[in-house]
Order: sequence, then C-alpha cells, then structure tokens
Amino acid sequence: MVRKLKTSRRNFVVGSLAAGSAFISTRKAISSNTDDKAITEMQSWNSELGDGVDANPYGYPSEYEKHVIRRNVPWLTADPTSSVNFTPLHELDGTITPNGLCFERHHGGVAIIDPKKYRFMINGLVDQNTVFDLSDLSRFPRINKLYFLECAANSGMEWRGAQLNGCQFTHGMIHNVLYTGILLKDILKEVGLKNSAKWILAEGADSSAMTRSIPIEKAMDDCLIAFKMNGESLRPEQGYPVRLVVPGWEGNMWVKWIRRIEVGDKPWHHREETSKYTDLFSNGKARRFTWEMDAKSVITNPSPQAPLSHRKGPTVITGVAWSGRGKIDKVDVSLDGGINWLEARLSGPADSKSMHRFYLEFNWDGKPLLLQSRALDDTGYVQPTKDQLRSVRGENSIYHNNGIQTWAVDSNGIAENVEVS
Amino acid sequence: MLKCLSSFFILISLFVFYSFAYSQPLGLGRPATYNEVSSWDIDIRPDGKGLPVGSGSVIIGEELYTDNCASCHGDFGEGIDRWPELAGGFDTLDSEDPVKTVGSYWPYLSTVWDYVHRAMPFGNAQSLSNDEVYSITAYIMYLNDLVDEDFELSNLNFEEVRLPNEQNFYQDNREDLENVIYSKRCMKDCKKEAIITKRAVVLDVTPEEEDVSDNSNSNEDDIVKTVSLDAKLIKDGEKVFKKCKACHRIGLNAKNGTGPHLNNIFGRVAGQLEDYKKYSKNIKKMGQEGLIWNTETLTSFIENPKKYITGTKMNFKGIKKSDELEALIEYLSATTIIN
Repeated sequence: MVRKLKTSRRNFVVGSLAAGSAFISTRKAISSNTDDKAITEMQSWNSELGDGVDANPYGYPSEYEKHVIRRNVPWLTADPTSSVNFTPLHELDGTITPNGLCFERHHGGVAIIDPKKYRFMINGLVDQNTVFDLSDLSRFPRINKLYFLECAANSGMEWRGAQLNGCQFTHGMIHNVLYTGILLKDILKEVGLKNSAKWILAEGADSSAMTRSIPIEKAMDDCLIAFKMNGESLRPEQGYPVRLVVPGWEGNMWVKWIRRIEVGDKPWHHREETSKYTDLFSNGKARRFTWEMDAKSVITNPSPQAPLSHRKGPTVITGVAWSGRGKIDKVDVSLDGGINWLEARLSGPADSKSMHRFYLEFNWDGKPLLLQSRALDDTGYVQPTKDQLRSVRGENSIYHNNGIQTWAVDSNGIAENVEVS
Repeated sequence: MLKCLSSFFILISLFVFYSFAYSQPLGLGRPATYNEVSSWDIDIRPDGKGLPVGSGSVIIGEELYTDNCASCHGDFGEGIDRWPELAGGFDTLDSEDPVKTVGSYWPYLSTVWDYVHRAMPFGNAQSLSNDEVYSITAYIMYLNDLVDEDFELSNLNFEEVRLPNEQNFYQDNREDLENVIYSKRCMKDCKKEAIITKRAVVLDVTPEEEDVSDNSNSNEDDIVKTVSLDAKLIKDGEKVFKKCKACHRIGLNAKNGTGPHLNNIFGRVAGQLEDYKKYSKNIKKMGQEGLIWNTETLTSFIENPKKYITGTKMNFKGIKKSDELEALIEYLSATTIIN
C-alpha cells in the first residue's frame, strides 16, 4: 500500500516535468503493474554528455521554461516604444523577481548608455553644482535593500470591471528586486543643500527625458541611487547604468537612466505629474501627488493563466502582497468570495516596502471556489474591495487600483477573472 | 586607573577618526561648468522659471505642427490610433468618457512647453529650437480655442496665460478620506453572499498565449543573421533605422503602425500596400504611375521626403548624411531576402 502511494506520487512529479508547462493534465493513481516509462526506459540525459562549461558564459533558463516571459497587451498603447509589458507573476515563487522578467515601462524606448560617457549632475539650490561619473558614485558608502516597484497604473484596466484574464496582465506591472546603491541623502549632503531646498526634480537621459518632482523629505529619507539589481548591473531596460529608487512610491518616479537631479523650492508640475499620474474623480476634479502605493495583494496560483493541475485534495494557494507604507503584517485568503477569511502564512525574505510571499494550504473538496486575498500592513491599513474604492473615487481614476482581486475557480481547476457582489 | 584612562582615550580617538573618515563632504565629483548646467538644465516651471527668451506664433506653429506632430496627434489634435489627443474634450471630465487634453485637463501651459521641448517630436526629441517650441505651444492653444489665429506667445506674456482646468486639482487626501475606512478586518460571515457580477471572458481582450517553441518572436536580429549582404553596413543601418521606428516596423511579425510596415520594401510599388489606409494622395498616384522602391528611389525619398513626394504624410525631415543613408538602404534591402 505504501509502495503504491509512492509510485503514484513520483509519477505525478515526473509527469509534470515532462509536460514542461504550467498546464498539466490530471493523472489518476496507476496500478502497480503499469510501469512508468520515464523510469523504466533509459533517458538520453542519463547516458549522453551534456553541454560543457564553455557553452553558456551567461546562463539561460531551461528550454522547457520558454513560456515564462514578459508579455504585452498590444491594444493598450499606440507603439511598443512607449508602452508596458508585464511580469509573469503566475510563473514565479519566492519574493525576488528575476532580472529578465521584471516588467518594462518606457516612454521613448530603452536608452543604451555607454558607461564611459555616463554623467550624473546635481544642480539648483545647492552649494556647488556638481558632476559625478560612475567611479565617483562607487566611492560613496553602499547599501543593499529589497524593494517592490509597482506602476501606479497596475490593475488600471480593471477599474470598470474584470477585463484581462490573467494575473500577469491584471497585476504584472510590479517587480521586487534587491538593489545595491547609495543613499540619495549622502549625495545631496555632499553637494550641500541650501535652506530653501524643498523639492527635487529627477531627470532621465532617455529620449523622453523623463522627469518627476519629489519632495525633499523623501529624497532625504530612503531614496537610493542604484546601480545593481539582484547582484548584477541594472538591465538596460531597468535604467543601466544608474536609476533612482523611490521606495514605496509609484514606479514612474523611479527615474531610469537618471542623469540629473535639480534641487528647487517648488514642484515642477511636469507632464507625468499633471496630464498623467493624477487621479480623476467622477466629479471631474483630480487628485495629484498621490505618491504612495497602497497595500495590495493578489493570488498568483491558481489564476487564469495557471489553473489548478489536480482535482480535490491537498491544495496550495500562493500569492504576493506589498505596501508602500511599510511591512505586510498579515494576508488573509477567502475561498468563498469574501464571506469568510483565513489567515495565510508568510514565507521568505521581505522588508518594509518589499513584496511578501504568502501561502494557504487547504484540503479542496473539488467544488468551485471564489478566491480572494487581502493584505494588511503595519499601519493598520486593510486592502479594500474594488467597490469600496469606486464608491469614493468613481470609475475614471485609472491609477492606484489596489482593490481585492477575485478568481472564480471551477471544479476542473480552471480560474477566471471575475468580480463578486 | 591610568591604563584604563588611556585606553579610553584610544577609544575616543578611534571614534573621532572613524567619523572623520566617513563625515562629509567626501570631496567626490567635480564642479559643473556653466555650459554643462545650461546644456542639461532645460526644465520649465509654472511660474516661468527656466523659460528661455523667445517667441512664436500660431501661424508658424500650424506649419511646424503639421510637419512634426500631426502624423500621430492628428491635424486637429484629435489623436490618431492610440496616440494622445491634444485638443477638445471640454466638459467631459465628469462624464463616463473623460477626454484629457491640454485644453480640458492640463493645469499649466509650462508643462506643454517643457514636454514638447524635452521629449517631442517622438523619436527626434530635443530637435526643435526654442522659438519653434513657442510656436507649437501657441498652436496647441489655438487648437483648444484658447487664443485667436493672430496670437503670439513669448517669454514676456507666458505667465499671463492660464489654462481652464488649473483649479481642479487637489492634494492627495487618501489618508484622511480613505485610509480610515480601510481599517476593519472581518474574518467570519462578513457578508451574506458573493454572486459573480462581472466576468473578464465576456470582453475577451486578453492576448492569446503565443507559441514560443521556436524563436519566431524575435524580429530585427533574424534579418541580420540570415542575409549575406554587407553585415556591418546592415548593422549600422539598423541603428539608423531607430529614426524611423516611431512610425515604421520591420521583421517577421511587423505590422503597419503610423506608417506602413517595411518588409519587402524593395521592389514594392509605392503607396499600394492593401491593408495600409493612410497613404497620401500623391504617393498613391506616383505608385500608379510606376514608382517602384529601389536603391535609387528610396535614397532620393529618404534624403528629402517632402521634396521627392510633395504632400507626403511622412513627417520626417530626411537623412542628409550619405553614410547613414547608405547603411539604412542596405538594412531595408535585407528584409527582401528573408520573406
């Protein structure tokens, strides 16, 4: 009996590897006289030589993982050079987003910058307008910090109702990365702030010359001038060689390819903080400078792109949660569309203003589920429902949609993006 | 006692040394020169800070707008495809379909000047002179019925301009208005029922999972790899092609954008691509009269588009450098081989 159980479990594991995809057919226990050819037959990798150490100087994922990619939604924008793609959250686990899967948002394509020609300037209300090169920056004290970056428009397509069928598309404008960099306040102290300094303007070197105004209190708090992500140099699409890190605040402010910081006494009211990234209410008035990202969570598995691969029995629900105001205190999961809630288990390295990973293990009875997750941060904030948000802001807001997501899972384990009463 | 005291002093001096070594300034970086700061410090504020001396008119602005902006933003600022609308939309902000334009939504004119100057035209940023930016800004005001056609905008009258929606923005008030509401954690019997009210599958707008078993999702690179033409020249041409990318696509999955796709452009009859609907009258006519794209005709066209085809909708000033032009033509010709 014990032996039989072992065989079937092993068969399931091998079967899922061989399928090489998230979509695995359900396998029933097999009788002991049906041998698994994955075991009884010699496999090529068991006998032939593989690649040597000189084959891949820079490594890639397994060829069976080709479906784990960023995807875009072509109809969203006019042109891919001023557009966005999405992190495949449903294919990831843990808390770190791999560098090649971090979502991209550009306003004039990816700037390719020669590090030898990289310069970083600080000017304005400072004692000395100053230019730094990469070597100068490397001589400031460095720190390592784990932070999430979420686009303020993440879930923006869902303001009026369930629209995109997959957490990659509904929640994939986020990544969580270990940054190595220097505290912006150390550089600002180096150039000497004047007493009238109240704001900074961060400016990128790309063809959109991206700019955002940031209050001096934030600049002197936890902002970083970062040059490494997850240990290696920033990827070009994430701002190589240097980007600004603005922990907990909307991703648009994390200016990539940063070339200049101007110190001033008033905000600049540039395009990305007036025409964009302002939250229009149903009365026609708009909120501005909505910098902080509210506490939010989503179940990544199961989700529409990642159905349950098995029938009833032991089942793991997992997802991610984050808050721009601090640490995630708790995550609750509902199996019945928000009527009753269970506290999930947090696991993995996570800091203030970083992504947290949660799990809920339960014994599924095979009946349809309405899955929801709800994040609570250490300020006491409880992630609201979408209807709660709409009752305050209306349906034209686009940005800062942190409402609770619902996946309807049917008895076959197929998940769909829905909203519930 | 003495021993104890001396080690105390050693500790103190160690501490002083340590904090000295890490106290600021560190003496890193170097002073920026006047020219360096003025080259990069291009930002404009609502109070006019940063605005250079200069002026421009609606009349000059119309011509500049037509040449530089209309291919994406439309002749009347209505926005083509998903490119931003610049004009109109008044009285729509509280409707179900708000149209956020310079006239209906933007709070400050300085934002227009700053943005056009720093980021436009798309793909050829920071190519306009200060006076040209004044003219285009004036013309965008005219498109929004904010000024008459004889209006002239300059650094002297800039601050007098107020946009209609300036007063309709207010500071983030989530903490007082919302966060207090989002503070209850109910665990059991939180509501009576949960009925599905909306479904994503009804809309069916989610992109299909693409087949990634081969590498067919890469485009430009494949072309370069598979041809036997002058590979270096093609690589150079690929770089020059960045000037064209805002409107044109090349590659296995290339589609029409603002301009037609350029696969198999060599040997193609001008202005006749069936699924591209935005040709000018003149290019269609010239095609019907026998204009075929080859090295000679493409070189002449790209060198000076408006001279070669009067009335062309391709709002591009042309590529004047002969080495760039030669490389670009080589790159474009390479696409014929693969398809």
